[in-house]
Amino acid sequence: MKRTIVTIMTAIALTVASAVASMAAKIERAKTPGGIEFWHVRDDTLPMISMEFAFRGGSTQDPAEKAGTASMMAAVLDEGAGELDARAFQQQLEERAIVLSFAAHRDTTRGSLKSLIENGEQAFGLLNLALTRPRFDDDAVERIRAGTLASIRRRMTDPGDLAQDRWFARAFPNHPYGTPQRGTLESVAKIGVDDLRAMHRGTLARDNLKIATIGAMDAAAAGLLVDRAFAGLPAKAKLVPVTYASPQGVGERNVVEMDVPQTVIMFGGAGLKRSDPDFIPAYVLNHILGGGSFSSRLYLEVREKRGLAYSVYSYLAPMDYSGLFMGGVSTRNDRAAESLSIILGEIREIAAKGPTAEELAKAKSYLIGSFPLRFDSSSKIAGQLLEIQLENLGIDYIDRRNGLIEAVTAEDVKRAANHFLTDAKMLVTLVGRPDLAPEPARPAAPAPRG
Amino acid sequence: MQTLAAVAIAGTAALTMSRPAETAIAGPDISNFKLKNGMEVVVIPDRRTPVVTHMVWYRVGSADEEAGKTGIAHFLEHLMFKGTKKNPSGRFSKVLAEIGGQENAFTSQDYTAYFQRTSKEHLPQLMEFEADRMTGLVLTDENVLPERDVVLEERRSRTDSDPSAILSEAAQAALFANHPYGKPIIGWEHEIRALNRQDALDFYKIHYAPNNAILIVAGDVNADEVRALAEKTYGAVPAAASIKPRVRPEEPEARAQRRVELADPRVKQPQLSRYYLAPSYANAAAGEAEALDVLAHILGSGSLSRLYRALVVEQQIAVNAGAWYQGTALDKGRFGVYATPRPGTTLDALESAIDLVLAKVAADGIESAELERAKTRLIADSVYAQDNQSRLARMYGSGMTTGSTVDQIRTWPNRIREVQPEAVREAARKWLELRRSVTSRLQPAAPKSEKPS
Repeated sequence: MKRTIVTIMTAIALTVASAVASMAAKIERAKTPGGIEFWHVRDDTLPMISMEFAFRGGSTQDPAEKAGTASMMAAVLDEGAGELDARAFQQQLEERAIVLSFAAHRDTTRGSLKSLIENGEQAFGLLNLALTRPRFDDDAVERIRAGTLASIRRRMTDPGDLAQDRWFARAFPNHPYGTPQRGTLESVAKIGVDDLRAMHRGTLARDNLKIATIGAMDAAAAGLLVDRAFAGLPAKAKLVPVTYASPQGVGERNVVEMDVPQTVIMFGGAGLKRSDPDFIPAYVLNHILGGGSFSSRLYLEVREKRGLAYSVYSYLAPMDYSGLFMGGVSTRNDRAAESLSIILGEIREIAAKGPTAEELAKAKSYLIGSFPLRFDSSSKIAGQLLEIQLENLGIDYIDRRNGLIEAVTAEDVKRAANHFLTDAKMLVTLVGRPDLAPEPARPAAPAPRG
Repeated sequence: MQTLAAVAIAGTAALTMSRPAETAIAGPDISNFKLKNGMEVVVIPDRRTPVVTHMVWYRVGSADEEAGKTGIAHFLEHLMFKGTKKNPSGRFSKVLAEIGGQENAFTSQDYTAYFQRTSKEHLPQLMEFEADRMTGLVLTDENVLPERDVVLEERRSRTDSDPSAILSEAAQAALFANHPYGKPIIGWEHEIRALNRQDALDFYKIHYAPNNAILIVAGDVNADEVRALAEKTYGAVPAAASIKPRVRPEEPEARAQRRVELADPRVKQPQLSRYYLAPSYANAAAGEAEALDVLAHILGSGSLSRLYRALVVEQQIAVNAGAWYQGTALDKGRFGVYATPRPGTTLDALESAIDLVLAKVAADGIESAELERAKTRLIADSVYAQDNQSRLARMYGSGMTTGSTVDQIRTWPNRIREVQPEAVREAARKWLELRRSVTSRLQPAAPKSEKPS
């Protein structure tokens, strides 16, 4: 069995290497005439140009008591700019089928632009207006605020959203990661136009900006458009310093009562930062534990063997100011305790003994073989190029990445496990009516609805 | 997040939005042919990256289930991963987990589809495995019963934990008085509980055959190599005599509008939705479905749309509002409008405001500028869609399993370009009649007493 796997792996490594190399060869690190760095891929298949970009600094930049400011600022950017009010601005986009969007994440504020090549000038020009001269008109701000409040109200009653928000609130007290990115009903009510303007001035600049473009033009032509989009932004961002934080409450189990037939469980603890030398071994380990779709230990034990859940997973969440190992499951109330105990047992087991040699070989083979699937569309390619820049992995990362996976040994994986899975100590948040008594007190079949 | 067997919930715009096509630009060089056993094949070359998307679509969905067995189409889809005589205990998935392949499947009312995405050199192997499980499935109670619990958990996640999903399920049931589109794809809970191994095998034997299937391969391939491989693999599976034309009970003429309401303590944000019965691309008069697509865009796509402008921007009684048209259906299509009220706005007031917007389009028609904008965007979306091989493959699969031909799907943008303003007005006048509709209202309620019920 083992020999077969090794043979398959070698074959995969060869073909994948050529696929990856042909992709990597197309990436250009270029500079615009205005001095802005961007990564570009020329692809003449479709008459399109796309750009993904990110400014470092997202909801981590929200003022205390005003959580949601970055998110709201991003949402209002395309609601009127320069001489154009919201309607006129949207008309300009729609008439040319230009697709523009902005969103604030925890650590970044991101934008995405897609246009037919014939409308490239207008598309990048309109983006420039939105980035440099947003109007923040009162009526647009109030409209966006009303929509944000409605989405927060929905979030408060969605078991999955609520589990996540409560988990982060407990793990990161007194840290921006502890508040929902869109804010709370109270905090969003307090955000004023001045706050939005301050967030805009402080966050959107050239020194914290990463850009990836792809489309039917060469890097020189793309560079002119990139200059057009980002001309006039301040040279330097004024970011509020954020402290590094480890998750708190690890070992706790918190129940949020909700009248639903299923308990949503979110668990997590300290993980690794992306720059940690053991990140790749940890990534391989997580694939074996709960990352691999139909092959992970959690999938097999919780879903396949016992039918306890439709969805069970774990993942590494490296962030700029913390590193997390997270996971979740949705399972019937009367067997929530059983599901949780199986999951924690699997974590303890793999932390103590590591994966088998066969599991490790298969996981590496999967991760290497599936890498080209991340590059089969323009938007995926641009997304990958942006992530590589944001994580400072270097332009040769695509060439190096499979070698890094290939080199992972059983010892590496055990060492990585010791970093973050020891004792399987997790902060666990449960939303629903979980029956957490050690022995299930009620019969297995839940009462039918209605 | 892994979702084996994602159920494609009907009524969302995701299934229907834009379709690919030629437009002014050269579209993908698509081939379409049939194997001797009746299996149809579509090849969509995309040579940018050496990967392939391999899909098999069966012309069977939840609307083809017999009475009392709701959920069997979707349950079988889950069970298709359990293994065959030749490749027992999920060997197909295990191989994919080694070679770096992604896989999944989904069930709708009209189709069930299975797909894998891998580096291109694995295509022959994928085709062997998939052809094998077209007839070779082996089921035992040991693998069927836990999977039924998985499906019940899936139902709890998707529907039972979410008041808006419970209401939407009730609205579909009310919209279709006689046609099986009124049944939930995942099935009613009490009927899922009763499904067993034999039900799944019976359904499998009747519907899974090459003459009821479409193979779609998108990616770094050409038609000749796919044809040769398909003949060797799928071509060896005999056609089945059990495949019959898909005739479902017809809806009677709708004569009374229906209303469904849910007041639930879990709801903090009210919502109003309306669903209309409408023709689909399979049965609309020439140009009518295209006009409905344009109408949905003008009424409710984006911040310039009629509903958004009126309710959100001008009257400031809603936080969002929109419209959609699901024309991809073998039988009736559906048209929907919805809005989320601002605090202080009643659902009655919101509904009246929506009705005024709809009535105005039916009475006065649309402006040429908004028609041009809608066409520009719908046609551009079909260019943008070509960027993604999986999305293209899905468009062809969903179109072909619901009565469209490859050529009709290809030329869709050209027909959108031809839509006349009068046709849009006429579509609104003819199809947005209350008697064809269900209106659903989601509202908060006081918490239930804490006593066990």
